[in-house]
Amino acid sequence: MKPIPLKDAVAMIPDGASLMIGGFMGVGTPGRVIDELLRQGKRGLTVIGNDTARPGIGIGKLISAKAVRKAVVSHIGLNPETQQQMLAGETEVDLVPQGTLIERIRAGGYGLGGILTPTGVGTVVEEGKQRLTVDGRDYLVETALRADFALVNCSLADYMGNLAYALTARNFNPVIAMATDTVIVEANHIVPVGVIPPDQVVTPAPLVDYLITND
Amino acid sequence: MDAQTIIARRIAQELRSGMLVNLGVGIPTLVANYVPAGMQIYFQSENGLIGTGPIPEQGMGHATLTDAAGQPVTALPGASTFDSAMSFGLIRGGHLDMTVLGGLQVDEQGRLANWMIPGKMVPGMGGAMDLVAGAKRVVVAMQHTAKGKPKIIKRCSLPLTSTRRVDLVVTELAVISFAEGRPTLLETAPGVSVNDVLTSTEASLVVPDHVPSMHL
Repeated sequence: MKPIPLKDAVAMIPDGASLMIGGFMGVGTPGRVIDELLRQGKRGLTVIGNDTARPGIGIGKLISAKAVRKAVVSHIGLNPETQQQMLAGETEVDLVPQGTLIERIRAGGYGLGGILTPTGVGTVVEEGKQRLTVDGRDYLVETALRADFALVNCSLADYMGNLAYALTARNFNPVIAMATDTVIVEANHIVPVGVIPPDQVVTPAPLVDYLITND
Repeated sequence: MDAQTIIARRIAQELRSGMLVNLGVGIPTLVANYVPAGMQIYFQSENGLIGTGPIPEQGMGHATLTDAAGQPVTALPGASTFDSAMSFGLIRGGHLDMTVLGGLQVDEQGRLANWMIPGKMVPGMGGAMDLVAGAKRVVVAMQHTAKGKPKIIKRCSLPLTSTRRVDLVVTELAVISFAEGRPTLLETAPGVSVNDVLTSTEASLVVPDHVPSMHL
């Protein structure tokens, strides 16, 4: 793990990069990284995350700034701007069932080509996908997802890069930290090694490439 | 009693002590207000919480303790939190005893459509498809009609949430079971006749000789 100032971390992300961003309706989303992406005027991003939050919150800020070319998410119902941009053809939105989305990301990080899920069988989600029958039950083949960067928010990071998460801010964060080429972490608190006991570490240090330093 | 209260109170009677239950947004959320006294129910919030409690008092919320809409909630004693992969493992893996979801349409085969109206409302399915595919019991909480038109119909015209048959539909007029495959009228709301239900329903219902009134 390498400590890095916020602006240098974000400068590594080129226009058009694919980003997995933690958070659920903005809770557990790395807010300083989002603001810096906007400040540096990034464009054409592919964003993979649970949702696009609300206007002015988390990923919603990237949507409002039209920095997103494509969003792969499960829910946009609480962000009318995403719906407007999708219907206007400005932003491509790939809607994926939430449980399928997180499993596709997990597969990407766990060395699997994809997963079999009963979710979506017989619905529009099945279009263009292979159906398999295993022990008499039908499943869809859903392929693994990976991205260039994971933008992770955690509650605690120690000096080595071990991470722990708070309550419902965990959500997609530990899963995306496995599924990208480069993992950038924004911690709410940076603490000495040992403050997070080994059995409370959720994301082990070797997974973390960069930890954003305090200003 | 208004329609929402009738629906929520009746669905609360389906709860059994020790159940793990997921409530969707809207009317389903109200079911939590009518848990019988002394009954232990584990409410799951799919953003990664079991033991979801009531909304905190003004100013007492915590930024990392939220429901699936991102709003502050409380956690009851015995609560636990986990990531989204486990949350949907609970849902798909047969660990969730019951889900209560809103509905736009339910058809004669018990298939639910509740996640989009093409060209009008495209919010995304969120967790709805996983919940219907995976929960042990699927209960639909919805108004019986929309703008005077039946919502329990021959065949869904809106995109399906799942092909899995729902178990129970509760409206302000009736309780309808799909347990036997075909929709069966189990109960009517107080003051509502069997004929009232039939005229508001497009799907053909099986009507037993005796249809009791809901006990609310």
